[in-house]
Amino acid sequence: MRRISWGTALIFAGLLAFMVAAVGADVFASNDPLRQSLLLRLRPPGTATATAYFPLGTDDLGRDLLARILYGARASLMVAALSVSVSLLVGVTLGLMAGWFGGWVSIIAMRAVDTMLSIPAILLAVLTVAVLGPGFFNLVLVLGLTRWPRYTRVAYAQTLQVAALPYVRAAEMAGCGPGRILLRHVLPNIAGPLMVVATSEFGLMILFEASLSFLGLGIQPPYPSWGSIMSVGRQYVVRAWWLTAFPGACLFGVVLCVNLFGDWLRDRVDPRSQGR
Amino acid sequence: MPELKSRLLQALIAIFGVLTIVFFIMRLSGDPTLLLVPDGATAEQIAALRHALGFDRPLLVQYGAYLLDLARLDLGESLVQHAPVAGIVAERIPYTMALAGGALLVALGVGLPAGLAMAVWRGTWLERALAGFVLAGQSLPTFWSGLLMILFFGVYLGWLPTSGSDDLASLVMPSVALGAITMSSFARMTRIAVLDELSRDYVAAGRARGLSYGAVILRHVLRNAAIPVVTIAALEVGNLLAGAVIVETVFAWPGIGQLAIQSIASRDFLVVQTIVLFVSMVYISMNLLADLAYGVIDPRIRRDR
Amino acid sequence: MTALSVRDLSLAALAVRDLSLAIGRTNIVDAISFDVAPGEVLALVGESGCGKSVTAQAIMRLLPAAIRQTGGEITLGATSLSNLSARAMRDLRGRQIAMIFQEPQSALDPLATVGNQIAEALRQPLARVRAEVRQMLVEVGISDPDRRIDQHPFELSGGMCQRVMIAIALIARPAVLIADEPTTALDVTIQAQILALLRRLAAERQTAVVLITHDMGVVADIADRVAVMYAGRVAETGPTAAVFATPAHPYTALLLASIPRLSDVPKSALAVIDGQVPQPADYGTGCRFAGRCPRGDRRCVAETPALGPVADGRLVACFHPVGG
Ligand SMILES: Nc1ncnc2c1ncn2[C@@H]1O[C@H](COP(=O)(O)OP(=O)(O)OP(=O)(O)O)[C@@H](O)[C@H]1O
Ligand code: SF4
Ligand SMILES: [Mg+2]
Repeated sequence: MRRISWGTALIFAGLLAFMVAAVGADVFASNDPLRQSLLLRLRPPGTATATAYFPLGTDDLGRDLLARILYGARASLMVAALSVSVSLLVGVTLGLMAGWFGGWVSIIAMRAVDTMLSIPAILLAVLTVAVLGPGFFNLVLVLGLTRWPRYTRVAYAQTLQVAALPYVRAAEMAGCGPGRILLRHVLPNIAGPLMVVATSEFGLMILFEASLSFLGLGIQPPYPSWGSIMSVGRQYVVRAWWLTAFPGACLFGVVLCVNLFGDWLRDRVDPRSQGR
Repeated sequence: MPELKSRLLQALIAIFGVLTIVFFIMRLSGDPTLLLVPDGATAEQIAALRHALGFDRPLLVQYGAYLLDLARLDLGESLVQHAPVAGIVAERIPYTMALAGGALLVALGVGLPAGLAMAVWRGTWLERALAGFVLAGQSLPTFWSGLLMILFFGVYLGWLPTSGSDDLASLVMPSVALGAITMSSFARMTRIAVLDELSRDYVAAGRARGLSYGAVILRHVLRNAAIPVVTIAALEVGNLLAGAVIVETVFAWPGIGQLAIQSIASRDFLVVQTIVLFVSMVYISMNLLADLAYGVIDPRIRRDR
Repeated sequence: MTALSVRDLSLAALAVRDLSLAIGRTNIVDAISFDVAPGEVLALVGESGCGKSVTAQAIMRLLPAAIRQTGGEITLGATSLSNLSARAMRDLRGRQIAMIFQEPQSALDPLATVGNQIAEALRQPLARVRAEVRQMLVEVGISDPDRRIDQHPFELSGGMCQRVMIAIALIARPAVLIADEPTTALDVTIQAQILALLRRLAAERQTAVVLITHDMGVVADIADRVAVMYAGRVAETGPTAAVFATPAHPYTALLLASIPRLSDVPKSALAVIDGQVPQPADYGTGCRFAGRCPRGDRRCVAETPALGPVADGRLVACFHPVGG
């Protein structure tokens, strides 16, 4: 076993901080993220009044930026986790079936994958969310149902390999049905590479949620999201730098940690890829 | 030329698939008429329009009509702007092309040398520094880096215009913001490709006949390493066009990205649909182009065709 | 423990003296010595992993970053390579000392034409030296040189690629050619042709050749002299005929005894002897063949036998040489 380096520890710490902030947003936020106060608009970080303290300042409606960032973390985590789960389920099911049954199933599935991948992801999401209407539920649905192709590719390729292994063939001979073999024998074998893809998708989904919210197509006001806070920040970029700087830094930090974690995971799952 | 034929066929299938997916997405909300009417239309107006556009026909008939129209390059008329959609979008394309071009320049200009340096100076502090830089580029949300640049270069230093499309200077920041992620993938890809090539026998053989390491890299390694990099270069053009949606919004750059967001706001979905189709077509053609470019770079494939 | 030279050193085109190489603290080549005269072919034979290729790389001064030269001297004619600047060494490569490789197709850049790669050895653009390059293609036996010169490696067979490699190596008329298993990757029928070509060109041009091989049959066919390596050391060297007739080192003797007929040697001929070759990490003191040697005794395990003269022009590193 390799010892965990300082760098790796830092990555884990970053991810942990993100999760804790998201889950415990109500504990850490001393102010209500939705309470407006037009008297306290666009106050810089460190503003204190008789009743409240705003360590990161306030937004255009006088709401506490720190509280909104914490609740934004929650939105970000939930959208990413849910949409990754949906697309993982869809993509892996399709990939397993394509890899196991081959023939027409695989031809159609893999053509569908190629087609989905020919529409640039963010545009596909923008179009679909725009048609369905914005909001948390639609966001998860759209991201979940448009982001499955990469899992399908990996699951398909890996299933082809694993299905040819002697012990899987033996299980088939012994009369195990395809469902049982795929779940019991194939899935555990391909879990590693799938985790690597899921991690990179997780980072991407955090970015997508923020981007769509930035464009006004994601989490809708008054609920906070890092993207929509920055969209307000853009209007006040000259007067209130904190509205851009803080949520952006959080977003950057989290995505960086997720990407680094992805690299770390890939090195463990596939030691040959070391350093690539 | 069997290879080329199968590539063309694949591209056609992809195009057909994209058209189909977009058709059904437009009908996800149940009634596509509602996506096309301007705000404030009455129920009768909507019903009349539904009939006029044929949205009351069976789905398959609509699908056939849609494919036929597109085959005739008839993209429809915007009910919001009362003008052909093709013209509305075409007007904005040059701006997005300029932006994507600038971003590609940034990405290639920085990404290729960075990737090459990481491979050649493997295991040194330079590689580690560049790896950090690349990782940052890959994790930077474009709208944040865009806003930070506006804050620093536009507002604080006042060197560059913060928005608009008046001159070349206003292209600088959007290009950098848009190009950052692409730069990272170029750098990563180049590094891997060059490392792969550096381990090959012909590198040692080149040095054994008296070439310097640098000469081997310039004369032999770079061309070989270019082959895998060309593929992603082509794919990245598609990603750049898509990324333009965000960057153009940040910098108020009047390209198709900004148009897409404006059209969503004004419920002009035919325009949005056209933009998605256009970008996807570019993406698919770039893919095809990359395959053809192989032949130019790689004589082994040239012969196979 | 410098090996005594049995020949007049001024005759040597290339002389290797006590060359030692290491990866980290692990010695992989231990004080080996040999020399080659102009027009002579010296075969360097030994089992896989005994250090033949790294020796070749050390002579070219193209060792991988992980491997260091820890001792010894290499001289090319009158020039000592060890203290040469990187720049001066580069000037020598291709002109004074050249190398050909095991897999000709991967030793050629797949995207560059044959002619361009040959011209590089002359440090001239192809356009300026086209006639010379064409002539060289003729000399290495490539038919239709006017077409071949502009072709890419993938359009040529393996044997032709090796002819191209020989052309690259010899066009600048180097004094020394190192050939690292130049025929291992080729068809048996082609192997003989390539070796004959090497032999002929070396004789015509008075090139000294170090031929690295596994194959005792190849040694018998074309080498004037042979240096048998075992686990990073030279076990025995001498004229091929004499060594084959009366091997002095027990390892050589076993090797030759295990070959039924010299003309058709199986590739694994060297692995027939009982026991295993030690790995570099396990090289201890004493004779490295002691674990497998029928003649070994206590002294062999405790002390390292030095390379010393046994007979006319022959050196052997053994306390109890065969017939001695
Ligand atoms: N680049 C390298 N890095 C680390 N170790 C190496 C490297 N090249 C060679 N070695 C080690 O050095 C020793 C000698 O290797 P070398 O390639 O010279 O053997 P060889 O005699 O040429 O074998 P073969 O007949 O298989 O070509 C081996 O133990 C090998 O593992
Ligand atoms: S020194 Fe001893 S062990 Fe080594 S070869 Fe000679 S007899 Fe055998
Ligand atoms: Mg070797």
